[in-house]
Amino acid sequence: MQSFVVRSTVLRPNLLRSSFRTFASSSARNQAVPTEKPVLNKEFKIYRWNPDEPAAKPTLQTYTVDLNQCGPMVLDALIKIKNEMDPTLTFRRSCREGICGSCAMNINGQNTLACLCRIERDTSKDSKIYPLPHMYIVKDLVPDLTLFYKQYKSIEPYLKNDNPPVDSEHLQSPEDRRKLDGYWWNQDEYLGPATLMAAYRWMADSRDTYSAQRKEKLQNEMSLYRCHTIFNCARTCPKGLNPAAAIAKIKLELAAD
Amino acid sequence: MLSTRALGLGPALRQAALKPRLSQAPALRSLVAKRTIQTQSLPPSSSQEILNAQRLKRPSSPHFTIYQFQLTWLGSIANRMTGAALSVLLYGYAIAYLVAPTTFDSAHVIELVAGLPDAVKIAGKTILAAPFAFHSLNGLRHLSWDMGKFLSLKGAYQSGYAVLGATAIGTVALVLL
Repeated sequence: MQSFVVRSTVLRPNLLRSSFRTFASSSARNQAVPTEKPVLNKEFKIYRWNPDEPAAKPTLQTYTVDLNQCGPMVLDALIKIKNEMDPTLTFRRSCREGICGSCAMNINGQNTLACLCRIERDTSKDSKIYPLPHMYIVKDLVPDLTLFYKQYKSIEPYLKNDNPPVDSEHLQSPEDRRKLDGYWWNQDEYLGPATLMAAYRWMADSRDTYSAQRKEKLQNEMSLYRCHTIFNCARTCPKGLNPAAAIAKIKLELAAD
Repeated sequence: MLSTRALGLGPALRQAALKPRLSQAPALRSLVAKRTIQTQSLPPSSSQEILNAQRLKRPSSPHFTIYQFQLTWLGSIANRMTGAALSVLLYGYAIAYLVAPTTFDSAHVIELVAGLPDAVKIAGKTILAAPFAFHSLNGLRHLSWDMGKFLSLKGAYQSGYAVLGATAIGTVALVLL
């Protein structure tokens, strides 16, 4: 009780002042009726496939969204469709700010994150949304990532060092630390840009002592060399990373071995 | 307020509250309309079977047909196609020469080409020169990547446009020969 009394006496002058200001500035401008935004309908064509009807071919389903009643990103449109039009539409999403990567999909022919991809305001063109290309589909926009995680696990994406420092953490020069900054085919054998970039991240780490073994694992036809230096990965990366450069550096290191 | 948890009465009270209702449950259920959806109860061990059955039927998402046109992959696919075409030509001609050396020797080829109209000569030279120029120059681009040069996205685009420009010049130069 004591504290409440003290606080209210402190606040009173402020309250008074703000109420005065409200009266003084209540002009016609503040009472103007907000203008209604015009309807701006855009078509979204979305890949659909339902595992409960496995015989039915995947189809594109069209949804019309009023862009003036919707957030700016493609993920906003997907959530609006799911909430208001069709709760059966299935997609992954989590952070809605380009950190988690859950909403990775192919939008207008480009692999990207729905949460970082703006809806084109041009309503004469529709927006096509497919799942990530060349993946087995669990449902609608949800691809099966089992093989991806299996491959990511196979490169042992963690520090391996047989001689850890006795009484300190692993020390590293700023130059060595800087080296760590930073769709596809044969998905069961080719590791793919994300995994290969992670593989290089550990090969380049001055603290890791398993570089030779890591290289040995990639020394075959499929794991690494199915990369043909196309640069699609760097072109499309929603985080601005460059897996193509990392893969080229692995190739260079393997060639120089 | 004295909490029932503090007295340790929570479970006992809850049981007492639920007991009479539980004993009435079968009678109640027969009064309420039957549920329209029947669920099938399965042991947990069958989950793997269900998953595997689903996996067999999963479609593969579309790929080549849905990509936006981009210099990166168009340059790559053009490199492979011109490479394959030039190889077929080289091996095809070499094998043909082995099989029938008298029909496919230089003299006969020169004689055949000399008899063609000019338009066909120029078109034929262009069809040979453009893939050759592109594939050779793009090969240099790939070699520079393998040496660790132009590995940024900007480098990939600049070298891509440079190859396209040089291909145009090279094709014209070869056709004029």
